[in-house]
Amino acid sequence: MELFPSDAVFTPDVSWVALWPMVVMALGGLLLLTISSLGKGRIPRPFYALWAVLTSVGSFITAIPLWAQVHGWEDAVLWYDPEVDPTGPFSTVGGVIAADGFSVFLTMLIAVSMVAVVLVIEAYLDREQDRFPEMFALTMFAALGGMVMVSANDLIVLLLGLETLSVAAYVLAAMDLRRVQSQEAGFKYFVLGAFSSAFFLYGIAFIYGATGGTGLVHITDFLAANVLLGSSGLMLLLGLGLLIVGFAFKVALVPFHSWSPDVYDGTPSPLVTFMSSVVKVAAFAGMLRVLVMAFESAGADWRPVIQGLAVLSLVGGALGAIVQSNVKRLLAYSSISHAGFILLGVEAASDVGTAAVVIYLTAYSALVIGSFTVVTLVARSGDRLHTLTDYQGLGRTSPLVAGLFTFFLLAQAGVPFTAGFYAKFSAVIAAVDAGTAWLAAVAMLSAVIAAYLYLRLVVTMWFVDPAAETDTSHVGVPAAAGIALAGCAAAVLWIGIFPNTLTDWAERSVPAVVQPAPPNLVESGDEADADVEFEVGPDGMPGMPGPMPGEMDFGELDLESLGIDPAELEAMLEGGDLGFDVDVEFEDPPG
Amino acid sequence: MLLNQFLLLGAVLFCIGVYGVLVRRNGVMVLMSIELILNAVNINLVAFGTHLQQATGQAFALFVIPIAAAEVAVGLAIVLMIYRNRRSIDVDSLDEMKG
Repeated sequence: MELFPSDAVFTPDVSWVALWPMVVMALGGLLLLTISSLGKGRIPRPFYALWAVLTSVGSFITAIPLWAQVHGWEDAVLWYDPEVDPTGPFSTVGGVIAADGFSVFLTMLIAVSMVAVVLVIEAYLDREQDRFPEMFALTMFAALGGMVMVSANDLIVLLLGLETLSVAAYVLAAMDLRRVQSQEAGFKYFVLGAFSSAFFLYGIAFIYGATGGTGLVHITDFLAANVLLGSSGLMLLLGLGLLIVGFAFKVALVPFHSWSPDVYDGTPSPLVTFMSSVVKVAAFAGMLRVLVMAFESAGADWRPVIQGLAVLSLVGGALGAIVQSNVKRLLAYSSISHAGFILLGVEAASDVGTAAVVIYLTAYSALVIGSFTVVTLVARSGDRLHTLTDYQGLGRTSPLVAGLFTFFLLAQAGVPFTAGFYAKFSAVIAAVDAGTAWLAAVAMLSAVIAAYLYLRLVVTMWFVDPAAETDTSHVGVPAAAGIALAGCAAAVLWIGIFPNTLTDWAERSVPAVVQPAPPNLVESGDEADADVEFEVGPDGMPGMPGPMPGEMDFGELDLESLGIDPAELEAMLEGGDLGFDVDVEFEDPPG
Repeated sequence: MLLNQFLLLGAVLFCIGVYGVLVRRNGVMVLMSIELILNAVNINLVAFGTHLQQATGQAFALFVIPIAAAEVAVGLAIVLMIYRNRRSIDVDSLDEMKG
């Protein structure tokens, strides 16, 4: 016997405030594609760039009221109604999308990064005389996937975000039709990416089997309340291990990094700014939310693994970069060593660590976007010149570009009063705070090794005479790329000199464990005639979609609109064959 | 229900898929191997869902199927582009970049 008729529809609670940044990005991308196919090439390309920039800005603006709602800035934002919208972190769409400081801040970071990335792409397309706007649309869809990932509160949604991001990124890597390296990069990125997604999924399947749910809040509660022994414990460990391998591939940690130098090398340079900023931000956010929040009580299992990966990435990234003669590959290794630093914050599994990750991701995004913008410009027409030889004497021929590159490189090395220093400092503090001072020591040693590679590049630019084959033509800075460079440089300086604001924001950007709201059973306007509270056993409830063990308060129900006859319900309750305990208070008892 | 059998089937498929990705030199075969891994995951998800008597497992599998399709569509497009350029889809010949 079923309590609910099979045609009863359970609609999850949807808070559109939390979804607007994603909706804007998705609509912007779709409309761009529509307009471009209707325009048939008659619309000038700068229009699409402007469109993409405006969409990203719109996405950022719609995130502001969300930030206000999460942090209770009622007074600061006009269109926020405290009567309707509760203040504080919340989850929506049946608890699968989280709106907390962490998700909102990183959504904003992705939106801002997108503005810079779009400008760099515009400068590149202008130079290459390429009319096609697909690059903008694909980066927008990928950014949408990133936003879903940073907000995902359920492993299914995390996977959907990851795939939206990745599939778009595979195409972006293979975007340059004229260079066979680009297709090779696309294929390598695709195979390794799909391979790692498959590992990731296999891990999720085992975690689902061991915990009985895919919601991160469910997993948190389940692991806090149960100790898994025997085969269930083994399944959980296996799942966790596969999940970490999947993430390690995505963010390119040693020993899962071998794709990244090739992909950075082959991918069109402006798109590397996207891959190294937005993709990294989203993947690290997913990793942090899953490990630090959902698997908090399993910390003893995953922390040693992350420590090992951190050491390997820090040392491997720094050492691998030394032998490189290609600037893009060199920067790929440098980003591996940065990923090692970010792992210090993840490994700390604390609020300090989370803040350090947020600070590092912000600083790192500005640094890599700036660096790869310079690489894009120096590569000249055709995106060809990437070896160290091509950078010889750049300081003399194009002092502005060389100066900016020097600035970004020194910041990456961690020179004080730049964002790089403050980010590294935060990560090291987090590691010491978590009681892993040895890891902090390894990180600082590796920073010294990494400094060599940045300085080598700087010396090449300023103190080495150009070789015979070096292109010594002046490297101009187009307006679009200039805005992106200026923005990145300003951000790097600002974070380095006045770190307090960012620290303040980062400390509020902590993922929150928010219980999902119960499904809506009463349409507003219906008259409630019963107060129902269920206590459901581990088998779930017959006739209900999905697992909902534990107690559930449905609140007031309008039984008639659900098609339930109060008298029949009463008879069922007395019969006692429902398979779960239910407590119903009738306002108007039948009979 | 006999959960073990299904998990074992999933594990065997997973291993065949991983072996295929690592060993096969033909780009299309690599794509098919990735499909095998994703289907191993689907078997696991449905088996766990049935074991736990939940619809979540099957719902998840329904998400995985279109994801796999989207991935393969993009993968085939890239393989096709490589074939047009080089008249070969031998994965080992993709060695333009080294370092």
